[in-house]
Formats: sequence, structure tokens, C-alpha cells
Amino acid sequence: MKNVIEATGLVKKYGEVIALDGLDLAVSEGSILGLLGPNGAGKTTAVSILTTLLQPDSGSATVAGADVLKSPGEVRRSIGLSGQYAAVDEHLTGYENLDMIGRLYRLGRRRSRTRAHELLKIFDLTEAGGRPVKTYSGGMRRRLDLAGALVADPPVLFLDEPTTGLDPRSRIELWGVIRDMVARGSTLLLTTQYLEEAEHLADQIMVIDHGREIAYGTPDHLKTLVGGERMEVTLASAEDISQSQEVLGRYTVGDLTVDERTRKVTGPISGGTPVLTEALAALYEAGIGLHDVGLRRPTLNDVFLSLTGEAAEPTENSATAGDSVEIKKGKGS
Amino acid sequence: MLAKRNLIKIKRVPEVLVFVLISPIMFVLLFAYVFGGSIDIPGGSYREFLIAGIFAQTVVFGATFTGAGLAEDMQKGIIDRFRSLPMSQSAVLVGRTASDIAYNVLTLTIMGLTGLLVGWRMRGSFWDGLTGFGLLLAFSYAFSWVMAYVGLLVPSVEVVNNASFMVIFPLTFIANTFVPVENLPSVLKTFAEWNPISSVTQAVRDLFGNIPLGTPDPTAWPLQNPVLYSLIWSVVIIAIFAPLSSARYRKAVKRG
Repeated sequence: MKNVIEATGLVKKYGEVIALDGLDLAVSEGSILGLLGPNGAGKTTAVSILTTLLQPDSGSATVAGADVLKSPGEVRRSIGLSGQYAAVDEHLTGYENLDMIGRLYRLGRRRSRTRAHELLKIFDLTEAGGRPVKTYSGGMRRRLDLAGALVADPPVLFLDEPTTGLDPRSRIELWGVIRDMVARGSTLLLTTQYLEEAEHLADQIMVIDHGREIAYGTPDHLKTLVGGERMEVTLASAEDISQSQEVLGRYTVGDLTVDERTRKVTGPISGGTPVLTEALAALYEAGIGLHDVGLRRPTLNDVFLSLTGEAAEPTENSATAGDSVEIKKGKGS
Repeated sequence: MLAKRNLIKIKRVPEVLVFVLISPIMFVLLFAYVFGGSIDIPGGSYREFLIAGIFAQTVVFGATFTGAGLAEDMQKGIIDRFRSLPMSQSAVLVGRTASDIAYNVLTLTIMGLTGLLVGWRMRGSFWDGLTGFGLLLAFSYAFSWVMAYVGLLVPSVEVVNNASFMVIFPLTFIANTFVPVENLPSVLKTFAEWNPISSVTQAVRDLFGNIPLGTPDPTAWPLQNPVLYSLIWSVVIIAIFAPLSSARYRKAVKRG
């Protein structure tokens, strides 16, 4: 399979901050690569370099056979980009936004118009097409922005966190649209902070942090590294922590995480609810009382814990191993 | 195409239009009636003297649209999209500055009509009058490139507005826009004489035939050759700021 996107040794520094630290990547024709990482991992910087918006300090990249540094014009002819922020003009209507992009691609007046109408229809925006974008909801803006990336039907697409900030329903709708796009043969590089999103959409996932690759493979491969579901129990009494670890350790397939403050014990299991039931029965027999219990899917944070032994974005109280941490939101990328 | 986008905005954001239209009317009326009575221009009417100055000041302020518009597009990431398209890299800037001309034509029309209502008349020939308007547009177009650079340089729309206010206000007041330069203290007088806004005003005033009879001939070269001096400034400004802005644009990228 031919690689449509290829990058070697990309390095980009902003002053002291190293955004990319020798990143290599390759995406073969007609496939989806999911670039997964927390805020500030270098995802957007990588996309900006591959879409000719930014020059790397060193390294090289080709997109659709054209060198991003030597022939950026040629690269731009074969790509569509939808950035992290819906880059649509609020004062224009949805239709006018798409028509304008078509004209800027030099599609000609008639083709731009037809294409704008087609895309509004595909993205379920026909009704809203005549209204100024400032009246749109967040999900509608994102759909319009995505439509903008598809105006010229480019063979290579870059979507930078396409669903960040969307409600779950809009997110699932958008996934459907993205899958349809790629089913028609496009090659796609997608960045995301959500493991679930990468699993849903990507053929290959690359986990990056601090501008470096820390894992690469198919979603299944990644799952074997990370483990499947998490069993999470909240103990009634902190005195039971060590005993519960001993009991639960018999059912989990990896290391347990303990949060002393919230009395939460978490561990990966394989086998779903039957295993959970057995584990609960064992806890009951041991006389350990529970406040809450559940199964949950691994998050980006679990991926980082499994792959690096560190949380995605360490908070101050997470320095000692075994503490549970939450991904801090809101830091700029 | 991009100019059209900016013009649609006038229609969609009537607040801007109101500002564009009302502020010149307000200026003409304020100066005509508030200062008109107390400022005496020997041998002529202050209102006629004033119009050219207000025209010049307003078109220079019009250039702020370019700066503010570009800063907004940068903030929203729209420039990122444009830069990822296979289009001429200068199109965004040219479209932006070109749409300022349209704003200014509109503004000048409104101001001209208001001027006529308060008693201003063009006393020169039709062609001279047209040349006057042409000169105003040429200079304001050049100034749009300055604001384009500013817009790409600073982080937000608010900064553009504040910065341009701080520069444009003194620039348009330390000039012959509202008072004859002869009455200014010496340092300010020299500044005003060489200020391109003075020469634009002088040229327009002259072409409109609004220089009162008996006004002493200006002593400074720029005011003796106002049309030439204004055109030189316009060309020099474009020659410096168009390449600067384009270079800046090529590196411009939204930083989240």
C-alpha cells in the first residue's frame, strides 16, 4: 500500500517548549490514522506542518507525493483541513461559506453552487443553509466546517479534534459522517483526545505525548496493551483497602489503581460482567462493604497509565505511584 | 470573492454600517455647528474649509476595518483555512484592502451629501472634484496596508482598535484638517506641514476650490505640491507595507 502521508523526524520548538520531538508517521492510501494524545502533546503542530501552515525546525514530510516544504502549493491542492475551531465566517450563511470556499478552490460559479447545496444536504444543513452561521449551534458549526474541508473533494483530509466540545449526540452523528467520507476512498489523519473516538474511527492509532510517539498500532493491538474494561469499586470503609486489593487482584488482568481519598479501587479486567459478578461475590464473602461499583471503558488516562506508568497530565498530588488522577482540562494545546 | 465576503458583512452587521454612516455625519455636523461659529477663517467659511479635513480623517479611520477584520479572522482560525487552500497567498490581503475602498466610497458619498446640506459646495471643476475623491481613496488604500500589517501582528481585534486610535487621532489632529497650520506652535507646525494627512487635506481642499480667498500661500514644500506629495506617500506606504504584510501573512497561524 502506498503511503499518502509520510513524515520523518519532525521537530518544532516554540522557544523552550518542544512541541514536536522527532515525530515519524505514515498513513497509507484510503486509511485513517488517529493521532491520540492529551492537550499539548503536539497534535495540532503536526497537523499544521503537514497542511503547510507551519514550517518545522527540522525533518521532512510529503503529502500525496508532494513535499510540504518544497511545493506547498501542490500539497494544498490535494488536502482538506478542518481545524480545532470551526473556521467559518459567522456573518455569512452556511451556503455562502461553502460557495466562497468553492470559488477560492476555483471550481467555477456553477460547480461551487451545486457543491455547496450537495454538502449542505449531506451534512443535514439544508434548512439552516440560508441563515447566518452565528445562529448555528456548536454541532452545526462543526458540521459546516467539515463540509468546508470537503468542498473540492480532496483525496487527503486532516481533521484536528473534530468533536472536541460537542455533546455526545452530535459527536456520534459526526462520526457517521466521517466514516462515510473515508468509505469513498479518502485518506484521513485525525487527531483526538478521546480513546473511544480513535477506536471508533481509526485503522491505526498513534499515541503521542511531548511530541514523541509512545505507542502505535491497530485499535485491537492498543487494547491488548491497555487492557479492556475497567472494574471500579468504591469501598465503604478505607480500612478495607489492602484486603480488597488482594481479593480484586485475583480477577484483574493488570495493576490496580487505588485512590485512598475517595476509597476507589480500579483495575482492568477481561471478560466483562461475569468477571465483575464473581469479583463482587468474592468481596461480599470477605465481608467488604461497597458504596458503588461499575464497569467503564478505558480512557486516555488509562492508556497513559498503562503505557508510560504516568498519568496523561500529572497533577501535583499524583507524583506517587498508585494515586488516581484525572486529566486536567482547559490547558491550551 | 473575498472582497465580496467582507461586503456581505456590511449587510449582515448593520451596527458596523451605522458606525460607518453616522460617525461622519456626526463629525460634519459637530464641527460645522459647534466650532463653525467660533473658528474664523479669514475670507472664507469654516464649513467649507472643514469638509476636506473631515473627509481625510474619516477615510484614514476607514482603514481600521482591514486591521480589525484580519485580526478577527486570525482569532477565529479562518486564516488557517484560507492558507490551506490552493489559492494565491496575497488574495486575502488584497481582498481585504480592496473592500476598504468600497467602505470609503460609501462613507464619502454620505459625507458629501451631509456637507451639501450644511452649505459646503465644490467650487472647482467636476474633474478636479473627482481627482480629489480619487486622491482620498488612493491614500486610504495605502493606509489599509499599514493596518493590515498591524492586524496580523497583534493578538486581538481590541488591540487593533486601541492601537489605531492612539496613532490615527494625533495624526489627523496635528494637521491642517481642522485648523490652519499657520496657527500651530512651531514644532507642531513643522510636523503638520510634513504630515501626509495635511497634504491630502490640502490637495482635496484645493481641488474642491475650498481654499478661502486671501489665504497666504503655504511655505512648506509638501503643502505647495500636495497632490504629488500625497501620491509619493501612498506609493511609499504600499511599497513598504504590502511586502511586510504578505510576509507576515505567510507565517501567520493560529496559536491555540
